[in-house]
Amino acid sequence: MAERHPLFMPLILVGGLIFGFGLGFSQMARPEVVLNFLTFEDFGLLFVMFGAAVVSGIAFAVMPRIRDTAPLTGDRYERRLKSFDRNVLIGGAVFGVGWGLSGICPGAAYASLGVGNVTILWAIGGMFVGAYLQGYWRSRSSARSAAPSSAD
Amino acid sequence: MPDPLVAQAAAELFPNGISRYAVGGLLVGLGAVVIYVGTGIPAGASTFLESTLSYVSDQSRFQRYVGSRDWRVVFTLGIVLGAAVFAATVQSGVITTSLYEPGTTGQTYELAGVTLWLTDVQPWRLFVGGVLVGIGTRIGKGCTSGHGVCGVGSASKTSLVGVATFLAVAIGTAQLVAALGVSP
Repeated sequence: MAERHPLFMPLILVGGLIFGFGLGFSQMARPEVVLNFLTFEDFGLLFVMFGAAVVSGIAFAVMPRIRDTAPLTGDRYERRLKSFDRNVLIGGAVFGVGWGLSGICPGAAYASLGVGNVTILWAIGGMFVGAYLQGYWRSRSSARSAAPSSAD
Repeated sequence: MPDPLVAQAAAELFPNGISRYAVGGLLVGLGAVVIYVGTGIPAGASTFLESTLSYVSDQSRFQRYVGSRDWRVVFTLGIVLGAAVFAATVQSGVITTSLYEPGTTGQTYELAGVTLWLTDVQPWRLFVGGVLVGIGTRIGKGCTSGHGVCGVGSASKTSLVGVATFLAVAIGTAQLVAALGVSP
C-alpha cells in the first residue's frame, strides 16, 4: 500500500467526529426515534436524511468543478455511483426489514454506543453476524462459479 | 391559511420540532463532506462491518476491503467518539441550546458526571434486526449513509432506488410490528 498523507487519518477522524456528533444531536442514534418516524408519529427524521444529502450533494456537485483530485490522496473527485442489479432490491428489502424491526442502521448504531447505549451492542453484534453470513455465502458461490474456468 | 392551523399541523407532524433533526442532518452531511473534500472518498458506515471482518476471517469476500480497513476503523471510532462528545456536552446539559429538544424516549443514567442514554427497545429486536441489517446493507451495496447520504447526494439512480426500497419496507415492517403489539 502506498504511503498515506500524514493528515489522512486525522481528517478521517475529524469527519467521523462531526458525523457522530450529528447523529447524536439529531437523535437518529436512538432506535425509538427511528421507529416513531417509521410509524408516522414524528416525521422529523426526514430532515436528517435530506439535510445530510443536500449538504453532501453540494460537495459532490462542486468539488469536481474546482479541483481534479483530492489533496490527501490524489484520487479523482467522483460521484458515488454503484451499478444497479437485483441485489440492490433484495439487499434493500432485507435491510428494510431489519431497520423496521430494530430502528437502527450501521452509522446510527456506532453513534448509539457513543451516547451510552450499551444495549445497542446486541444490534452491532447482530450486524457483524449478518455481514459474516452474507460474506460466507458469497465467498462460496463465487468460488463455485470461478472453479470451472480455472480448472487446470 | 390561518396561523393556528399551520401550527397545529406542524405540532402533529413534528412533535419534537425540526431543529434538532435539521442541525443533526447538516452535521452528518458536513462530516461526510470533510472526508470527501480531503480524500475524494464517499464514506459509508456499513462497509466497516466487512472490512473489519477481514482482520479475523480468510473468507475471500472480505479481502477486497483489506486496503481500506484501517481508516474505516478510525472513521467508526470517530463516530462513536463524536456521539460521546455530544453526550458529554449537549445531552449532559453542559451546553444548552434551544435548537436541541431532548424528548422523552428511553432512559438516562449518570456516569462520571456525564448523562448517558439507554434504549428501551428489546434486545431480541436489536439483535435479529441487526443480523438482517448486516446481510441487507452488504448485499444491497449500501446503507443509510452510503446510499442515503452520499448516493442520494450524488443523484445516483441506484441509490435512489435502494433508499426507496429500504424505506418502504422499513415503514411496512415497523407498522406491522407495532400492530402486532410489540412494544417497545
